[in-house]
Amino acid sequence: MTTGRLTPFLWTLFSAGGTIAAFLFPVHLFLIGLAFPLGWLEAPSYEAFRLLIQHPVTRLYLFALISLPLFHWAHRFRYTLYDGLQLYHLTVFIAVLCYGAALGGSAAAAYMLWNLR
Amino acid sequence: MPPTIALDVIRYRPEQDAEPAFQTYEVPFRDDWVVLDALNYIKDRLDGSLSFRWSCRMGVCGSCGMMVNGKPKLTCAAFLSDYLPGPVRVEPLNYFPIMRDLIVDITDFMRKLTKVKPWIIRDQVWPLEEGEYRQTPEQLDTYKQFSQCINCMLCYAACPIVGLEPEFVGPAAIALAQRYNLDSRDEAAGERLKILSDHAGIWGCTFVGECTQVCPKHVDPAGAIQQFKLTAALDALKSFLVPWGTR
Repeated sequence: MTTGRLTPFLWTLFSAGGTIAAFLFPVHLFLIGLAFPLGWLEAPSYEAFRLLIQHPVTRLYLFALISLPLFHWAHRFRYTLYDGLQLYHLTVFIAVLCYGAALGGSAAAAYMLWNLR
Repeated sequence: MPPTIALDVIRYRPEQDAEPAFQTYEVPFRDDWVVLDALNYIKDRLDGSLSFRWSCRMGVCGSCGMMVNGKPKLTCAAFLSDYLPGPVRVEPLNYFPIMRDLIVDITDFMRKLTKVKPWIIRDQVWPLEEGEYRQTPEQLDTYKQFSQCINCMLCYAACPIVGLEPEFVGPAAIALAQRYNLDSRDEAAGERLKILSDHAGIWGCTFVGECTQVCPKHVDPAGAIQQFKLTAALDALKSFLVPWGTR
Protein backbone atom coordinates (compact mmCIF):
# COMPACT_ATOMS: atom_id res chain seq x y z
CA MET A 1 0.00 0.00 0.00
CA THR A 2 1.33 3.40 -0.85
CA THR A 3 1.02 6.35 1.46
CA GLY A 4 -1.31 8.89 0.00
CA ARG A 5 -1.10 12.60 0.60
CA LEU A 6 -4.15 12.17 2.82
CA THR A 7 -2.44 9.92 5.37
CA PRO A 8 -1.17 12.72 7.67
CA PHE A 9 -4.65 14.29 7.75
CA LEU A 10 -6.41 10.99 8.41
CA TRP A 11 -3.92 10.28 11.18
CA THR A 12 -4.58 13.71 12.71
CA LEU A 13 -8.32 12.89 12.85
CA PHE A 14 -7.46 9.46 14.32
CA SER A 15 -5.22 11.03 16.90
CA ALA A 16 -7.68 13.76 17.88
CA GLY A 17 -10.50 11.21 18.11
CA GLY A 18 -8.39 8.93 20.29
CA THR A 19 -7.57 11.78 22.65
CA ILE A 20 -11.25 12.69 22.96
CA ALA A 21 -12.29 9.08 23.50
CA ALA A 22 -9.62 8.60 26.16
CA PHE A 23 -10.05 11.86 28.09
CA LEU A 24 -13.59 13.18 27.52
CA PHE A 25 -15.72 10.05 27.12
CA PRO A 26 -14.99 8.88 30.68
CA VAL A 27 -16.14 12.26 32.02
CA HIS A 28 -19.44 12.08 30.11
CA LEU A 29 -19.96 8.42 31.03
CA PHE A 30 -19.32 9.19 34.68
CA LEU A 31 -21.67 12.18 34.79
CA ILE A 32 -24.56 10.93 32.65
CA GLY A 33 -24.15 7.20 33.24
CA LEU A 34 -23.40 7.15 36.98
CA ALA A 35 -23.30 10.41 38.91
CA PHE A 36 -26.66 11.88 37.77
CA PRO A 37 -28.81 8.69 37.78
CA LEU A 38 -27.39 7.49 41.12
CA GLY A 39 -27.86 10.90 42.69
CA TRP A 40 -24.17 11.45 43.55
CA LEU A 41 -24.47 14.83 41.87
CA GLU A 42 -27.60 16.89 41.43
CA ALA A 43 -28.71 16.53 37.80
CA PRO A 44 -29.52 19.75 35.91
CA SER A 45 -33.16 20.09 34.89
CA TYR A 46 -34.36 19.15 31.41
CA GLU A 47 -34.82 22.84 30.57
CA ALA A 48 -31.30 23.71 31.72
CA PHE A 49 -29.86 20.92 29.56
CA ARG A 50 -31.94 22.07 26.59
CA LEU A 51 -30.68 25.63 26.95
CA LEU A 52 -27.11 24.37 27.25
CA ILE A 53 -27.39 22.27 24.10
CA GLN A 54 -28.94 25.12 22.12
CA HIS A 55 -25.79 27.19 22.55
CA PRO A 56 -23.67 27.08 19.36
CA VAL A 57 -20.46 26.36 21.29
CA THR A 58 -22.09 23.31 22.92
CA ARG A 59 -23.25 22.08 19.52
CA LEU A 60 -19.77 22.46 18.09
CA TYR A 61 -18.36 20.63 21.11
CA LEU A 62 -20.86 17.79 20.70
CA PHE A 63 -20.08 17.57 17.00
CA ALA A 64 -16.36 17.16 17.75
CA LEU A 65 -17.18 14.70 20.54
CA ILE A 66 -19.15 12.51 18.12
CA SER A 67 -17.35 13.00 14.82
CA LEU A 68 -13.66 12.72 15.74
CA PRO A 69 -13.95 9.38 17.60
CA LEU A 70 -15.80 8.04 14.54
CA PHE A 71 -12.71 8.85 12.48
CA HIS A 72 -10.60 7.24 15.18
CA TRP A 73 -12.68 4.08 14.79
CA ALA A 74 -12.51 4.28 10.98
CA HIS A 75 -8.69 4.48 10.93
CA ARG A 76 -8.26 1.70 13.50
CA PHE A 77 -10.85 -0.58 11.88
CA ARG A 78 -9.35 0.01 8.45
CA TYR A 79 -5.96 -1.31 9.61
CA THR A 80 -7.60 -4.11 11.57
CA LEU A 81 -9.14 -5.32 8.32
CA TYR A 82 -6.09 -4.53 6.20
CA ASP A 83 -3.36 -5.98 8.44
CA GLY A 84 -5.37 -8.25 10.73
CA LEU A 85 -7.30 -10.08 8.01
CA GLN A 86 -4.69 -9.23 5.34
CA LEU A 87 -7.29 -8.17 2.78
CA TYR A 88 -4.67 -6.42 0.65
CA HIS A 89 -6.72 -6.64 -2.55
CA LEU A 90 -9.59 -4.71 -0.94
CA THR A 91 -7.54 -1.76 0.30
CA VAL A 92 -9.49 0.96 -1.56
CA PHE A 93 -12.86 -0.60 -0.76
CA ILE A 94 -11.97 -0.86 2.95
CA ALA A 95 -10.77 2.75 3.11
CA VAL A 96 -13.91 4.05 1.40
CA LEU A 97 -16.13 1.91 3.64
CA CYS A 98 -14.46 3.00 6.91
CA TYR A 99 -13.96 6.70 6.29
CA GLY A 100 -17.29 6.80 4.45
CA ALA A 101 -19.03 5.45 7.56
CA ALA A 102 -17.28 8.08 9.69
CA LEU A 103 -18.30 10.82 7.23
CA GLY A 104 -21.88 9.51 7.22
CA GLY A 105 -22.01 9.41 11.01
CA SER A 106 -20.57 12.92 11.20
CA ALA A 107 -23.14 14.18 8.69
CA ALA A 108 -25.97 12.58 10.69
CA ALA A 109 -24.61 14.16 13.89
CA ALA A 110 -24.32 17.56 12.20
CA TYR A 111 -27.89 17.29 10.87
CA MET A 112 -29.30 16.41 14.29
CA LEU A 113 -27.29 19.03 16.17
CA TRP A 114 -28.26 21.68 13.62
CA ASN A 115 -31.95 20.88 13.99
CA LEU A 116 -32.00 20.62 17.79
CA ARG A 117 -34.65 22.94 19.22
CA MET B 1 11.21 -26.56 43.87
CA PRO B 2 11.70 -29.08 41.05
CA PRO B 3 15.20 -30.54 40.60
CA THR B 4 15.24 -29.90 36.84
CA ILE B 5 13.40 -27.95 34.17
CA ALA B 6 13.07 -28.75 30.46
CA LEU B 7 14.04 -26.31 27.69
CA ASP B 8 12.65 -26.78 24.18
CA VAL B 9 15.26 -25.05 22.07
CA ILE B 10 15.17 -24.35 18.34
CA ARG B 11 18.08 -25.98 16.54
CA TYR B 12 19.05 -25.17 12.98
CA ARG B 13 22.39 -26.16 11.52
CA PRO B 14 22.17 -25.17 7.85
CA GLU B 15 24.76 -27.77 6.80
CA GLN B 16 22.65 -30.66 8.10
CA ASP B 17 19.08 -29.48 8.89
CA ALA B 18 16.49 -28.86 6.20
CA GLU B 19 14.53 -26.62 8.56
CA PRO B 20 14.56 -25.46 12.21
CA ALA B 21 13.26 -28.00 14.75
CA PHE B 22 12.96 -28.17 18.55
CA GLN B 23 15.39 -30.14 20.68
CA THR B 24 14.64 -30.74 24.37
CA TYR B 25 17.27 -30.38 27.11
CA GLU B 26 16.83 -31.10 30.80
CA VAL B 27 18.79 -28.63 32.96
CA PRO B 28 19.07 -28.22 36.75
CA PHE B 29 16.51 -25.78 38.13
CA ARG B 30 17.89 -22.99 40.33
CA ASP B 31 15.71 -20.09 41.33
CA ASP B 32 18.51 -17.57 40.70
CA TRP B 33 19.03 -18.84 37.14
CA VAL B 34 17.83 -17.03 34.06
CA VAL B 35 17.19 -18.64 30.66
CA LEU B 36 20.67 -17.54 29.53
CA ASP B 37 22.22 -19.46 32.46
CA ALA B 38 20.31 -22.56 31.35
CA LEU B 39 21.53 -22.10 27.75
CA ASN B 40 25.10 -21.73 28.97
CA TYR B 41 24.67 -24.89 31.06
CA ILE B 42 23.56 -26.72 27.91
CA LYS B 43 26.51 -25.32 25.95
CA ASP B 44 29.06 -26.21 28.67
CA ARG B 45 27.73 -29.57 29.90
CA LEU B 46 25.22 -31.11 27.48
CA ASP B 47 25.73 -30.00 23.89
CA GLY B 48 28.62 -27.79 22.84
CA SER B 49 27.18 -27.39 19.37
CA LEU B 50 24.31 -25.09 20.50
CA SER B 51 24.86 -21.57 19.16
CA PHE B 52 23.48 -18.32 20.61
CA ARG B 53 24.60 -14.73 21.14
CA TRP B 54 25.26 -13.22 24.55
CA SER B 55 27.75 -10.99 26.24
CA CYS B 56 27.11 -8.92 29.36
CA ARG B 57 24.54 -11.00 31.31
CA MET B 58 23.12 -7.78 32.79
CA GLY B 59 20.70 -6.20 30.32
CA VAL B 60 23.17 -3.72 28.85
CA CYS B 61 24.62 -5.23 25.67
CA GLY B 62 21.35 -6.25 23.99
CA SER B 63 22.82 -9.43 22.47
CA CYS B 64 20.77 -12.18 24.11
CA GLY B 65 17.27 -11.32 22.85
CA MET B 66 15.23 -14.45 22.00
CA MET B 67 11.63 -15.60 22.00
CA VAL B 68 10.90 -17.18 25.39
CA ASN B 69 7.55 -18.97 25.42
CA GLY B 70 6.62 -16.91 22.37
CA LYS B 71 7.48 -13.49 23.85
CA PRO B 72 10.56 -11.44 22.94
CA LYS B 73 12.80 -11.32 26.02
CA LEU B 74 16.37 -10.61 27.03
CA THR B 75 17.25 -14.12 28.16
CA CYS B 76 19.59 -12.65 30.80
CA ALA B 77 16.53 -11.09 32.47
CA ALA B 78 14.06 -13.99 32.05
CA PHE B 79 14.11 -16.03 35.27
CA LEU B 80 13.43 -19.75 34.98
CA SER B 81 11.23 -19.50 38.08
CA ASP B 82 8.73 -17.43 36.06
CA TYR B 83 8.25 -20.36 33.66
CA LEU B 84 7.56 -23.20 36.10
CA PRO B 85 6.91 -26.04 35.69
CA GLY B 86 8.26 -25.74 32.14
CA PRO B 87 9.12 -26.70 29.52
CA VAL B 88 10.50 -23.31 28.47
CA ARG B 89 10.30 -22.72 24.73
CA VAL B 90 13.36 -20.83 23.43
CA GLU B 91 13.35 -19.63 19.82
CA PRO B 92 15.25 -17.09 17.74
CA LEU B 93 13.72 -13.58 17.46
CA ASN B 94 10.58 -13.43 15.30
CA TYR B 95 10.69 -12.03 11.76
CA PHE B 96 14.49 -12.30 11.42
CA PRO B 97 16.13 -14.88 9.13
CA ILE B 98 17.77 -17.65 11.20
CA MET B 99 21.50 -18.11 10.57
CA ARG B 100 22.14 -20.91 13.06
CA ASP B 101 20.19 -22.22 16.08
CA LEU B 102 19.22 -19.10 18.08
CA ILE B 103 21.31 -16.67 16.03
CA VAL B 104 19.50 -14.40 13.60
CA ASP B 105 20.74 -12.35 10.67
CA ILE B 106 20.61 -8.64 11.66
CA THR B 107 21.99 -7.20 8.40
CA ASP B 108 18.63 -5.70 7.45
CA PHE B 109 18.22 -4.11 10.89
CA MET B 110 21.68 -2.51 10.62
CA ARG B 111 20.76 -1.13 7.18
CA LYS B 112 17.55 0.38 8.60
CA LEU B 113 19.41 1.91 11.54
CA THR B 114 21.86 3.80 9.34
CA LYS B 115 19.04 4.85 7.01
CA VAL B 116 17.65 7.25 9.65
CA LYS B 117 21.06 8.93 10.20
CA PRO B 118 21.26 8.38 13.95
CA TRP B 119 24.10 10.77 14.68
CA ILE B 120 24.40 14.48 15.36
CA ILE B 121 24.29 16.47 12.13
CA ARG B 122 25.09 20.18 12.12
CA ASP B 123 25.06 22.77 9.36
CA GLN B 124 28.21 24.28 10.79
CA VAL B 125 30.62 22.37 12.97
CA TRP B 126 32.38 24.60 15.50
CA PRO B 127 36.15 24.56 15.60
CA LEU B 128 37.60 22.71 18.59
CA GLU B 129 38.76 25.88 20.35
CA GLU B 130 35.14 27.05 20.63
CA GLY B 131 34.65 24.30 23.22
CA GLU B 132 31.98 21.67 23.58
CA TYR B 133 28.33 21.91 22.54
CA ARG B 134 26.66 22.67 25.85
CA GLN B 135 23.31 21.37 26.89
CA THR B 136 21.12 22.08 29.92
CA PRO B 137 19.70 19.21 32.01
CA GLU B 138 16.24 20.15 30.64
CA GLN B 139 17.49 19.83 27.04
CA LEU B 140 18.98 16.44 27.93
CA ASP B 141 15.69 15.27 29.46
CA THR B 142 13.77 15.82 26.21
CA TYR B 143 15.57 12.94 24.46
CA LYS B 144 17.21 10.97 27.26
CA GLN B 145 14.51 8.28 27.40
CA PHE B 146 14.94 7.54 23.68
CA SER B 147 18.73 7.34 24.03
CA GLN B 148 18.49 4.30 26.33
CA CYS B 149 18.00 1.89 23.40
CA ILE B 150 20.48 -1.03 23.40
CA ASN B 151 19.54 -2.30 19.90
CA CYS B 152 18.32 -5.61 21.29
CA MET B 153 15.66 -5.80 18.54
CA LEU B 154 12.97 -7.15 20.87
CA CYS B 155 10.66 -4.42 19.52
CA TYR B 156 11.15 -5.72 15.96
CA ALA B 157 10.28 -9.26 17.07
CA ALA B 158 7.15 -7.89 18.79
CA CYS B 159 5.89 -5.61 16.01
CA PRO B 160 3.31 -7.26 13.71
CA ILE B 161 3.98 -4.62 11.02
CA VAL B 162 7.66 -5.65 10.88
CA GLY B 163 6.38 -9.15 10.11
CA LEU B 164 3.91 -7.97 7.47
CA GLU B 165 5.94 -5.24 5.75
CA PRO B 166 9.62 -6.13 5.36
CA GLU B 167 10.56 -2.58 4.29
CA PHE B 168 9.12 -0.96 7.45
CA VAL B 169 12.01 0.85 9.17
CA GLY B 170 10.72 -0.33 12.55
CA PRO B 171 10.38 0.90 16.12
CA ALA B 172 13.99 1.16 17.39
CA ALA B 173 15.26 3.00 14.31
CA ILE B 174 12.42 5.55 14.41
CA ALA B 175 12.87 6.05 18.17
CA LEU B 176 16.56 6.64 17.55
CA ALA B 177 15.77 9.14 14.78
CA GLN B 178 13.49 10.95 17.21
CA ARG B 179 16.26 10.87 19.84
CA TYR B 180 18.50 12.90 17.49
CA ASN B 181 15.63 15.14 16.33
CA LEU B 182 15.05 16.17 19.94
CA ASP B 183 18.74 16.73 20.67
CA SER B 184 19.43 20.47 20.94
CA ARG B 185 22.83 19.99 19.25
CA ASP B 186 21.32 18.39 16.13
CA GLU B 187 20.03 20.28 13.08
CA ALA B 188 18.82 17.52 10.76
CA ALA B 189 15.24 16.92 11.92
CA GLY B 190 13.95 18.08 8.52
CA GLU B 191 16.23 15.67 6.70
CA ARG B 192 15.05 12.73 8.84
CA LEU B 193 11.44 13.81 8.36
CA LYS B 194 11.88 13.48 4.59
CA ILE B 195 13.43 10.02 5.01
CA LEU B 196 10.72 8.77 7.36
CA SER B 197 7.53 10.42 6.05
CA ASP B 198 6.40 7.46 3.99
CA HIS B 199 4.82 4.06 4.36
CA ALA B 200 8.18 2.39 5.05
CA GLY B 201 8.70 4.97 7.79
CA ILE B 202 6.35 6.42 10.38
CA TRP B 203 3.12 5.95 8.40
CA GLY B 204 3.64 2.20 8.28
CA CYS B 205 3.10 2.10 12.05
CA THR B 206 -0.51 1.45 13.04
CA PHE B 207 0.14 2.05 16.76
CA VAL B 208 -0.17 -1.52 17.97
CA GLY B 209 2.12 -0.55 20.87
CA GLU B 210 3.78 -3.95 21.40
CA CYS B 211 7.23 -2.37 20.91
CA THR B 212 6.80 -0.32 24.07
CA GLN B 213 5.37 -3.31 25.95
CA VAL B 214 8.44 -5.49 25.36
CA CYS B 215 11.19 -2.83 25.58
CA PRO B 216 13.53 -3.87 28.42
CA LYS B 217 14.91 -0.32 28.73
CA HIS B 218 11.54 1.53 28.82
CA VAL B 219 12.42 3.52 25.71
CA ASP B 220 8.77 3.77 24.54
CA PRO B 221 9.35 3.51 20.76
CA ALA B 222 5.58 3.75 20.14
CA GLY B 223 5.57 7.15 21.88
CA ALA B 224 8.53 8.30 19.76
CA ILE B 225 6.73 7.28 16.56
CA GLN B 226 3.53 9.11 17.55
CA GLN B 227 5.57 12.26 18.36
CA PHE B 228 7.22 11.94 14.97
CA LYS B 229 3.81 11.53 13.28
CA LEU B 230 2.53 14.69 14.95
CA THR B 231 5.51 16.65 13.61
CA ALA B 232 4.98 15.17 10.13
CA ALA B 233 1.22 15.86 10.23
CA LEU B 234 1.76 19.49 11.26
CA ASP B 235 4.35 19.80 8.50
CA ALA B 236 1.91 18.37 5.94
CA LEU B 237 -0.85 20.68 7.19
CA LYS B 238 1.46 23.67 6.91
CA SER B 239 2.50 22.83 3.36
CA PHE B 240 -1.18 22.31 2.46
CA LEU B 241 -2.27 25.66 3.91
CA VAL B 242 0.84 27.59 2.83
CA PRO B 243 2.00 25.75 -0.30
CA TRP B 244 4.21 28.67 -1.33
CA GLY B 245 5.96 28.72 2.07
CA THR B 246 9.60 27.71 2.24
CA ARG B 247 10.07 24.13 3.38
